[in-house]
Amino acid sequence: MLKNIRIALWVAVAVALVGVGALLWHADRQEQAAAFKPEFSLPDEAGTIHTAEDFRVFFGFTNCPDICPTTMAEVAQVMDDLGPEAAEVQPVFISVDPVRDRESGLGEYLEAFHPSILGLAGDESATQAAVGSFKVFGERHEDASAPGGYTMSHSSSLYLLGPRGDWLRQFEYGTPADDITADLKERL
Amino acid sequence: MLKSTAAALVLAAILPATALAECVEVTQGNVTVSAAWSRATIGTDRPAVFYVTIRNNGSEERLMGIETPVADMPMLHESVVENGAARMSHVDQIVIAPIDAVSLEPGGYHGMLMDLQTELVEGTTFPVTLLFEKSGPVTIDTAVLPLRAREAACEEAL
Repeated sequence: MLKNIRIALWVAVAVALVGVGALLWHADRQEQAAAFKPEFSLPDEAGTIHTAEDFRVFFGFTNCPDICPTTMAEVAQVMDDLGPEAAEVQPVFISVDPVRDRESGLGEYLEAFHPSILGLAGDESATQAAVGSFKVFGERHEDASAPGGYTMSHSSSLYLLGPRGDWLRQFEYGTPADDITADLKERL
Repeated sequence: MLKSTAAALVLAAILPATALAECVEVTQGNVTVSAAWSRATIGTDRPAVFYVTIRNNGSEERLMGIETPVADMPMLHESVVENGAARMSHVDQIVIAPIDAVSLEPGGYHGMLMDLQTELVEGTTFPVTLLFEKSGPVTIDTAVLPLRAREAACEEAL
């Protein structure tokens, strides 16, 4: 219970602290002036548009019983383990199946993993633009045996972005939460 | 007498909190299945998952399918991660080599429970029947763990 309150508080101050994160990382940014910079502009469930100025991103769809919950569980563990520094990290989940995910409640689903995870689900062109910008893969496959007659293959990595949306690195599927936490702590 | 009973009760109450319980295990023919678990669901819109460990104590065995009252369309699937992209494919059967074990676990083989008939509530169990080619149907109680669970919440006696 106490933990939940604390996490909720971190989330509440997260927006304010993004600016601090940007300052801390200023030196890094100089070295990466020419770095790859993915872009997206996608709405959350409330319709608020978010862009790439958040820290880490995962592409998935919630009709995915294995890889997606496993990855979100890792992210939730990382956020718990980061302690107060979690306030400087905003996990983002970008749906590659936005219509279906909006219908079945993306926010409620992600909140069950960790209240800090922000779910974004845009229209088809915005989603494709985001996927293309990250140079990742999100493709629909017709499959009569899948729910609704199709399934999605999608990138399974976590992408870490700096405070201004600069690409920092990716964590392949299966990277232990402890390793991700250690990497983030070093940067924060 | 009363004192020792009371002490035993206290111990029984403490033990589950201090150590992981041993996994439920069901043996039939040459196969032993254990550590069956799933994740809680929100409603019934999304498919649920089924993970389990299968030990084969005899000659080559095949898992041909699964059945459960909680889902009308349970299937065997495999997640494949290639070049950073994940996809799921349906598998007809899972082969368990002689004197070997196969785990249905996150990121690999898993049961995909589609057409969910009931929400899976954390802390409850539901039966899943594994259909083996030689050893026949084996039913095991499957523990519903939190949505955030990453592994079985019991200790394998393997």
